[in-house]
Amino acid sequence: MPEIKNYTLNFGPQHPAAHGVLRLVLEMDGEVIERADPHIGLLHRGTEKLAETKPYNQTIGYMDRLDYVSMMCNEHGYVLAIEKLLGIDIPERARYIRVMFDEITRILNHLMWIGTHALDVGAMTMFLYAFREREDLLDIYEAVSGARMHATYYRPGGVARDLPASMPQYLESRWRSKKDAERLNQNRQGSLLDFTDDFVRRFPGYLDEYETLLTDNRIWKQRTVGIGVVSPERAYQLGFTGPMLRGSGVEWDLRKKQPYEVYERMDFDVPVGTNGDCYDRYLVRMEEMRQSNRIVKQCIDWLRANPGIVISENHKVAPPRREELKADMEGLIHHFKLFTEGYTLPEGEVYTAIEHPKGEFACYLISDGANKPYRLKVRAPGFAHLSSMNEMAQGHMLADVVAIIGTQDIVFGEIDR
Amino acid sequence: MSNRRQQMADTLRAEFGDKLETLVVAYDEVTAEIAADNLLEVATALRDNAAFQFQQLVDLCGVDYSQYGRVEWQTEDASRAGFSRGVDDVATMGRLQFGDELESLAVRGRRFAAVYHLISYAHNLRLRLRVFAPDDDFPMVPTVTAVWASADWYEREAFDLFGILFSGHPDLRRILTDYGFVGHPFRKDFPLVGNVEMRYDPERARVVYEPVTIEARVLVPRVKREDHRYLVDEAAIDKASEAQD
Repeated sequence: MPEIKNYTLNFGPQHPAAHGVLRLVLEMDGEVIERADPHIGLLHRGTEKLAETKPYNQTIGYMDRLDYVSMMCNEHGYVLAIEKLLGIDIPERARYIRVMFDEITRILNHLMWIGTHALDVGAMTMFLYAFREREDLLDIYEAVSGARMHATYYRPGGVARDLPASMPQYLESRWRSKKDAERLNQNRQGSLLDFTDDFVRRFPGYLDEYETLLTDNRIWKQRTVGIGVVSPERAYQLGFTGPMLRGSGVEWDLRKKQPYEVYERMDFDVPVGTNGDCYDRYLVRMEEMRQSNRIVKQCIDWLRANPGIVISENHKVAPPRREELKADMEGLIHHFKLFTEGYTLPEGEVYTAIEHPKGEFACYLISDGANKPYRLKVRAPGFAHLSSMNEMAQGHMLADVVAIIGTQDIVFGEIDR
Repeated sequence: MSNRRQQMADTLRAEFGDKLETLVVAYDEVTAEIAADNLLEVATALRDNAAFQFQQLVDLCGVDYSQYGRVEWQTEDASRAGFSRGVDDVATMGRLQFGDELESLAVRGRRFAAVYHLISYAHNLRLRLRVFAPDDDFPMVPTVTAVWASADWYEREAFDLFGILFSGHPDLRRILTDYGFVGHPFRKDFPLVGNVEMRYDPERARVVYEPVTIEARVLVPRVKREDHRYLVDEAAIDKASEAQD
């Protein structure tokens, strides 16, 4: 018998399957993982410390850059914390817009996840399909906020502006013939809601396409069934939330259990897995996309029927309209104070959690009564998930590490903060 | 909902009595403060007692209370210091430079705290625990990794960023900062711009660390307004003015 020695393998930080800048130090026995030690922090920007030196509103933009594939959900957690301390009410329409964009963001996030996860495991086509649909959703982001990704759209008191009445159009150019432009503009003739409605109608068909490629695919099942099994007891212990917890068979969704905004009025189901392996988590997330699609549809119907204001009229917190600013002394003062000094929050501390696509995203905000946070802690779901890497990967083969990273839905923007 | 919080607070008080130094229900959230010595006992009971069943530690973070309440510009009384002059007096948090000293405003033994957020899936309740490290110069709190496994990385993070030591932790290494980093960056007396910057030196053909050259500055001073202008609730305003009288 030849003598076999354990060796240490370095994985990342530059590796296409590392989903960013993950460095893993793997102790291997042959091809079997004995111990996995993730080294993180390569993307640490000190968001929380930066927030301490800025007025509250200037930090919203930093929130987009935490989990940079589910931007508006991060903003939502932060904005809710401010609103809870201020105790202000936000208009009904803004609540529906937020719920709609939270769910659009969930689909965005899960599309990114399924694309990269399948690519890592060896299914190239999924990546191309998922990015095709992401393009439409990013157009919705762009139409409403002006930015494809880092929207800064949610504001304390509501959202930055109302949904636009028209969609931007493609133009004929040297690279795009008139015919092509017309074809692309076909579903962009109406308002943003019409475009979203069109997407919602098409999307279940796309999901069926994905499922025909993966759900009964032999290779996909061989790579995911029985990999990274976590029991519900361990899932609690390891701090799992969101789809990771539901994949282990725990029926828990903050949208149902501790509803915020208008989720209690929405009709949707919460999918739950049974085995707690990568395949169950895949099924859970696929079903979540269908449910999100249902919620978006309900929001569209409500928003069509109920026009109104989208940001609070309390000008101590939300800026006045442009016309008011030009014509009204009071409006000018409010605008000036808001954009120089900002607003102060009462002394206190709050923890606001939302059901982020990846799990429980929360902001723990301590205010000492000033116009800047005293301490802001961002509870990122991925941080707890990645910390379980050692336990999940032990005893698996090297190639399964990639499947586990995929199933954890890791994004370094939020883990390193 | 707030009734259930109050109920839980009552049960907590009945169960732990003197071990809870304070117990506050505010903003629909329950916060309990306990001494570091009692932490393990209380944490285990909170997890195992059928009345609570806090199965999960959702979040753990450090807090440095040394500058709590410090403002950079006085807004209450008339002063000669204008908005711009308000920001170049003494060093405060945001404008700290290398070597600047920052006096702590916290009472001794109440500077560093570890804050735990627990969730009970069985009862759909949340609880916040705060534990102050008794020694400011050598902040130490017992680890809860044996009670909740998720504490592992969270405690490493709090150690890395605040220098809070968790006694009994199996692997207390830095986690977010660079290999070989000096200091604890989220402490209030650590400059926002940092102490060192690094660049590639072509002559020495390696990366070198040098003192920072960027200047710390704050565009908007930290201010407080005590005039309740943001309280929308009329009743709260009345109550606040009554309290003053």
